Amino acid sequence: MIEYELLKIIWWVLVGVLLIGFALTDGFDMGSMAIMPFVGKNDNERRAAINTIAPHWDGNQVWFITAGGALFAAWPMVYATAFSGMYWALLLVLFALFLRPVGFDYRSKLENTKWRTSWDWGLAVGGAVPALVFGVAFGNMFLGVPFTLDETVRSTYTGSFFALLNPFAVICGLVSLSMLCAHGGAWLMLRTDGDLRARSAKATQMMGMLFLVCFLGAGAWLYFGGIEGYTLVQPFDTNGVANPLAKEVLTNGNHGWMNNYSTYPITMLAPVAGILGGIIVVLAAGKDKAGFSFLGSSLAVVGSILTAGFALFPFLMPSSLNPAISLTMWDAVSSKNTLTVMTVAACIFVPLILCYTTWCYYKMWGVITNKHVQDNSHSLY
Amino acid sequence: MISESVVDLSRFQFAMTALYHFIFVPLTLGLAFILAIMETTYVISGKEIYKDMTKFWGKLFGINFALGVTTGLTMEFQFGTNWAYYSHYVGDIFGAPLAIEGLMAFFLESTFIGLFFFGWDRLSKAQHLGVTWLVALGSNMSALWILVANGWMQNPVGAAFNFETMRMELVDFGALIFNPVAQVKFVHTVSSGYVTGAVFVLAISSYYMLKKRDLPFARRSFAIAAIFGLASTLSVILLGDESGYELGDVQKTKLAAIEAEWETHPAPAPFTLFGIPNQEEQRTDYAIKIPYVMGIIATRSLDKEVTGLKDLMVQHEVRIRNGMTAYAELEKLRAGDRSPALMASFKENQKDLGYGLLLKKYTANVVDASEEHIKAATKDTIPNVTALFFSFRAMVASGFLMLLLFILATYAVAKRNAENKPWLLRFALYGLPLPWIATQTGWYVAEGGRQPWTIGEVLPTHLSASSLSTGDIWGSIIALAAFYTVLLIIEMYLMIKFARLGPSSLHTGKYHFEKPNAQVEAEQDNTVLPEGVSGEAQS
Repeated sequence: MIEYELLKIIWWVLVGVLLIGFALTDGFDMGSMAIMPFVGKNDNERRAAINTIAPHWDGNQVWFITAGGALFAAWPMVYATAFSGMYWALLLVLFALFLRPVGFDYRSKLENTKWRTSWDWGLAVGGAVPALVFGVAFGNMFLGVPFTLDETVRSTYTGSFFALLNPFAVICGLVSLSMLCAHGGAWLMLRTDGDLRARSAKATQMMGMLFLVCFLGAGAWLYFGGIEGYTLVQPFDTNGVANPLAKEVLTNGNHGWMNNYSTYPITMLAPVAGILGGIIVVLAAGKDKAGFSFLGSSLAVVGSILTAGFALFPFLMPSSLNPAISLTMWDAVSSKNTLTVMTVAACIFVPLILCYTTWCYYKMWGVITNKHVQDNSHSLY
Repeated sequence: MISESVVDLSRFQFAMTALYHFIFVPLTLGLAFILAIMETTYVISGKEIYKDMTKFWGKLFGINFALGVTTGLTMEFQFGTNWAYYSHYVGDIFGAPLAIEGLMAFFLESTFIGLFFFGWDRLSKAQHLGVTWLVALGSNMSALWILVANGWMQNPVGAAFNFETMRMELVDFGALIFNPVAQVKFVHTVSSGYVTGAVFVLAISSYYMLKKRDLPFARRSFAIAAIFGLASTLSVILLGDESGYELGDVQKTKLAAIEAEWETHPAPAPFTLFGIPNQEEQRTDYAIKIPYVMGIIATRSLDKEVTGLKDLMVQHEVRIRNGMTAYAELEKLRAGDRSPALMASFKENQKDLGYGLLLKKYTANVVDASEEHIKAATKDTIPNVTALFFSFRAMVASGFLMLLLFILATYAVAKRNAENKPWLLRFALYGLPLPWIATQTGWYVAEGGRQPWTIGEVLPTHLSASSLSTGDIWGSIIALAAFYTVLLIIEMYLMIKFARLGPSSLHTGKYHFEKPNAQVEAEQDNTVLPEGVSGEAQS
């Protein structure tokens, strides 16, 4: 039997893995669709862009769905509090996501130009809005979310939707949007040719620069901007039952969220990877190197998600109203039994998923050219 | 306390979105298998027409699947957005099957579905066939895990309440998976999906036969649908959900409500074929009864009795009173008292804690509930009898009509004369709504019949909702309804367009509308020739 404490850490890592898996795979779907109406100037080019992800978007989206399921199963209190609290933000994401499955499948089923253009913009919204909102949500975690828990552990949120759109969170939203757009642009560079590829390279470079500026900006704001960080008061029993009402939390003035980085300097690798990834994207996209651009954008994705995770650790959802009831990965977690069962399931299935997903990409790999779209106009999206 | 209207609106939104999602899911489950059967026939026989069948029905499958995925997202979000306390209280158990569903089933289905559509030229015959079977397997395993989660809501085995964390926690994962209610639900639900797929293919094939076009294609599709449908319908009816109604109090109450059985009858109980249930007066007017039948269906025996609603309510009242004791003890435990006597007593009483929580609808402090409150809460322990009574009968009637349809269709397949029986073809075509009537009313029977609980005997529905404002929920209901209406119109438009077009939409050059005289015939037929058929690009 694995210790409860270790299981809690394993699931912090695994949710992170699922989130990163989502951002790496569904991330380029969202990013490439967000820039598709801009880099694809005619129907064939747009179809080429869409068909680079046609066989994969659904599988990729399951990273997101499974990350959501894992959140529910591993941190039910976070799932409950975050989803009900940020109600309209989540619904906005949901409505944007609605446009994707139908957009992909229905767009090219009719010849009508207006129909196709509408779906193109629908797909762009379906890519851009979730990318933006996820970043905004992460940004708000650093600021603390206005929620309380009563003695029966029922959560009540007292903020509003528009309160989520504060300047710091919006910058975080731009970080994730530009990051995924760069990632999607790099993907299009890999899988398309001609003008579409050239325009994608340009977009990738621009988005890479925007990412660097926003990422560094958000970091500087966090360090100098007077945002309060939270610390768990010791002694705290990390092996204890999951009760978020039984701890003390200190808020410590300026640049508090930087504590983990000074305590464990190795974690500095995460922001360094994020910045390095951004630089690689900008340079490689400028030289039209598709492979390096994609490598750079992937590094930026992994680096920035880890940067946020390391900074917040062990907090998942800090409460700005009552810091003591903030949800952490130690006390907003599922029971030992559940974590054990799910660890076994994850150990079996995650490697299996990686294998067959790789096989699918291998089978469908290749550049989608204009000619290919024209020749297969009835069977492609 | 959460306001009654928040709870009602949240329930309305959940019912609306779940029923809408469940328009598409059964068809996906059924068509996936029919596609796998068609493609298997293609690979074994080598006949191109079976490949065309797989591709064409696959196209319709895709149109349906897109909305299944879209509306499934809402379901995943909604437990958190609208049922936050539920998610906290039972997420430890309920979340696990959902997460495992993602890892084990949904990944499989969704990863390979892309190869199903786009891999025809990239994969060998055997590889593509494997892909198609994996899609069917994935969608069915998906259903398995969802129904494990749902079965646990009906009959919450393998879990215990933890007063320190104030929630239910997993004790025995094996019990959760092998929950007998989940097992019967799984078989019943996926079989109903197969029936839906079969009726769909049968009806549209019949349409082609009535129009006398693409006959070899329609005949073969008809045959596969008829035989697959007959087997599935028998499975739905024989392995029906009824066998699960002996398990747990919620199921027993549901059964009595479905039958509008107010009094306990000596075994074996009669089946009420028709009647008008009256919940206020607790009786059923104008009842027409068939002796013995219900006792046999429900208990699979002649000597076990089916408890009536009045007797069940008497039992429930006792449990509510005991639940008040459990709640008082819980409050002491939460306040820090850990005396062994209290712990032992709570352990004894906690099975009725959920009944105590029913009082929360009437008083914030369960412990000082009045006799009126207890009486009202007791009345709440049975679901809406009239709605259940009629939904169940609509489901069963549709089921038997479909059985009749498939018997006739299979007989016609055996005699090779389906196309000479226009009445049968019309029966099949106009019977198209039947599986949806059955699955939608069936959903209501299963979930409406679970009320007043979200988790049977553990967590009342009115406690489960998020602390939102009515304005928020009205907003989301309106937005969802608007979105869903538009999407449904688009989906139906495409579905009807491509179903009418038939295999000509594959652009193989072999089918009806691609032949030179198609335009003339279409006019004679009074069929609107779908746009783009004779034109160029049309996917």
